[in-house]
Amino acid sequence: MDVGGTNTDAVLMRGREVLASRKSPTTPDIGSGIVAAIADVLEQASVPTGAIEVTMIGTTHFTNAFVEARNLCRVGVLRLGAPASLAIRPLVDWPSALKDVVHGHSEIIGGGFNYDGRPITPLSSDEVKHAAREFRTRGIEAIAVSSIFAPVNTEQEQEVANILREEIPGARIVLSGRIGRIGLIERENAAVMNAALLPMAERVVDSFRRALTDLGLRSPFYVSQNDGTLLAPDVVARYPVLTFASGPTNSMRGAALLSGRKETLVLDIGGTTTDVGALIQGFPRESAVAVDIGGVRTNFRMPDLLSIGLGGGSLVSTDGGRVRVGPRSVGHRITTEAMVFGGSQLTATDIAVAAGYAEVGDRDRVAKLDVALISAAVDEIHRLAEDALDRIRISSALVPAVLVGGGSILINRELRGCESITVPPKADVANAIGAAIAQVSGVVDRVFSYEKLGRDGTLAEAKDEAVRQAVAAGARPASVVIFDVEELPLEYLPGAAVRVRVKAVGDLVLQGAT
Amino acid sequence: MRITLDHVEDLARGAAVLGTGGGGDPYIGSLMLKQALQDGCQVDLLDVEAVRDEAFLMPFGLMGAPTVIVEKIPNGKEFIAALRSMERHLGKQAEGVMCAEIGGLNALLPLVLGARTGLPVVDGDGMGRAFPQLQMTTYHIFGISASPMVMADEYSSTVVIQSERSEEVERLGRNVVVAMGGSTSICLYPMSGADAKRSMVRGTLSLALGLGRTIREARRSSNDPFASMLSYLKTTPYYQHCRVLFEGKTVDLTRRTIGGFALGNVVIEGARGCASRRCTLTFQNEHLVAREGDRVLAIVPDLIAVLDSATAEPITTEGLKYGQRVTVVGISAAPIMRSPQALAVFGPQAFGLSDPFVPIEEISDPPAPRTE
Repeated sequence: MDVGGTNTDAVLMRGREVLASRKSPTTPDIGSGIVAAIADVLEQASVPTGAIEVTMIGTTHFTNAFVEARNLCRVGVLRLGAPASLAIRPLVDWPSALKDVVHGHSEIIGGGFNYDGRPITPLSSDEVKHAAREFRTRGIEAIAVSSIFAPVNTEQEQEVANILREEIPGARIVLSGRIGRIGLIERENAAVMNAALLPMAERVVDSFRRALTDLGLRSPFYVSQNDGTLLAPDVVARYPVLTFASGPTNSMRGAALLSGRKETLVLDIGGTTTDVGALIQGFPRESAVAVDIGGVRTNFRMPDLLSIGLGGGSLVSTDGGRVRVGPRSVGHRITTEAMVFGGSQLTATDIAVAAGYAEVGDRDRVAKLDVALISAAVDEIHRLAEDALDRIRISSALVPAVLVGGGSILINRELRGCESITVPPKADVANAIGAAIAQVSGVVDRVFSYEKLGRDGTLAEAKDEAVRQAVAAGARPASVVIFDVEELPLEYLPGAAVRVRVKAVGDLVLQGAT
Repeated sequence: MRITLDHVEDLARGAAVLGTGGGGDPYIGSLMLKQALQDGCQVDLLDVEAVRDEAFLMPFGLMGAPTVIVEKIPNGKEFIAALRSMERHLGKQAEGVMCAEIGGLNALLPLVLGARTGLPVVDGDGMGRAFPQLQMTTYHIFGISASPMVMADEYSSTVVIQSERSEEVERLGRNVVVAMGGSTSICLYPMSGADAKRSMVRGTLSLALGLGRTIREARRSSNDPFASMLSYLKTTPYYQHCRVLFEGKTVDLTRRTIGGFALGNVVIEGARGCASRRCTLTFQNEHLVAREGDRVLAIVPDLIAVLDSATAEPITTEGLKYGQRVTVVGISAAPIMRSPQALAVFGPQAFGLSDPFVPIEEISDPPAPRTE
């Protein structure tokens, strides 16, 4: 399933084969749209409910809710690090529209670590209890805990969580070290963002669960996260930010599956924008830099995506003799405003039809367009696509590209730098297909000291932990492989402190049909 | 001139351009300054000519690992502790704060100290850009000692380093930084108003502010930010020899870490006016030299800034990756940074390069300018 802001898509799959698919509008209650879509694909394929082994759901609900400041709860922030860090209060740089909704109360108390694991200040349980009272008297039940150098040592954050749970029964607690990377402010922002989404995440996951129960589905369900692997429902309810940007990720992975490629660039051309990303071993490459979400700077894992203003509805104009395509677009109004559909706006789709390689709408309506204009606009469309592909690649070697989305009709030539271009069938439900690829992961991302165990010993320990996490997330142990190992020595400091990132991926254990 | 909240991001952007790829991300500094101003503190920029010759002035900044600075953020009190400790040590009261390094993070921190103490900040710095070591300043060139240097940690614990050799202050200081957890606040190069007048690269804070504002306004009005930036720089006293050195795409990148410094090369394949040509940049934290084949396009201490070709957002050497669309801009360093004495400390040879320093305005056959 892909439950987007506009559409709810469902595909029924047997292994990697698509048996049936359905695209329908998302309903306000979410659940009834899911029920209708699943019932429809089961009927199309004449498959009984009991034959379903597992359901995977991708959703953009949490991203949209945060960016639009909808359904968020007030958050208390407890930072451990005083006397360090007092010069920057929590949420100091948030846009006021979000800060006003989210910020309940902040406390900065003694705690935190140095890069080498030495405590800055020992934790005082009295200070934690005092902070808990401050939160409680304000009625705050969601708390983000952020400790300096939590990625080096998570002990204090965990200890604080235990105390807070005793002081505020039922409190929802988010630990920064579980979500973000090095960079206190960005990691704290990510924890606050996650905490603000918790009540809503619980409701959404519950509505998924109820929808499936209403259908009589007793097999497990999972929610896709933005690295292309799956999360159990209870994990999503605690870490909704891990689903941010899972829509483009699923679309990319679905495209890859449909085209049979694991190493490829993917262009998803919609009505207004084109998302471009790279798949490595079937997974999206991750962004290495801070990511701005709704005006808030964060550093949790996100896919490395580039979005450009090129789509089927992009407006075509001439500016001092130069033909421009986009970034302005008629968007979803293309079916009434584009010339081939009887409108008066010249769009990229009109150009593709006039040039003779796309067949939508009424070609006669664009028959009188200037040939030179058509030719220049076709060149510009391809130049924009080539430029975007080129910016997302990591070497100059020729690579394959997969083209999906309704706007893929705009492309009819080889693209520079691409070894081949594939336009797979069923690309309109690529999102839902991407969600159905059943893999789970475990990630370790912390600062280690190589002094204790040496490099080999440390890496072995990190790999073991990543594998254990993948198995805990539901992977079949024999299927788990180490997907990625990254070592980043901390600059300017004595050599032993190294940030190590290990990711393990395995196939989901399927319980069999019920 | 009074610094307000509206200035902070422009100043940070301008400082990042002058960071020439290094100097640290000004983000943390801009948040500290925003908080100080939101708290009702005020800070004024002061022209050095308005300072008494006998006045005691205190350059200030942070020294440490970028990874630590973004994690163990200062509290602001250690800034004041460093300043007060120096005042006690020398038996004098500071009348103003100064910048040691206008490129990057350290452009903003003296303003935070000024805001928190009510002291004005003298408009200028000791580098006119960013450099990796603390003796690489015009203050040092003019015989002002880096020491005593006071270093303070988050507990306001302080260490005073006294040495006749500025290189030794740097070496000992690095060790104290590690002992203090990888990041410390430092007061160094204590000097008089008269010293500041003869040794400082003047006006660089307001230049950084103007540069950042120019880029923002060009973006907002959809003008070419590079054209706007260059025409702004041409109106300034030292940065007036400037031009686009190269434009293209990063196609190769090599990095290595030696002695705590990030060294490397980046190759840029030309586009538009530079099509079918290649440019190589060599960096040690900051960009040192831009070459096309054997030909030097610009070389340290002249400034080499790499900016995103679409937005003119500065890109740090750390933030470079394959496939970025970049425009390389060369900018002349201030005349006091190009004297033989200055070049001995931060000219090409100080970084192990064999090329002689040639001022950017004397390099012939400039590449084709930007077409838009």
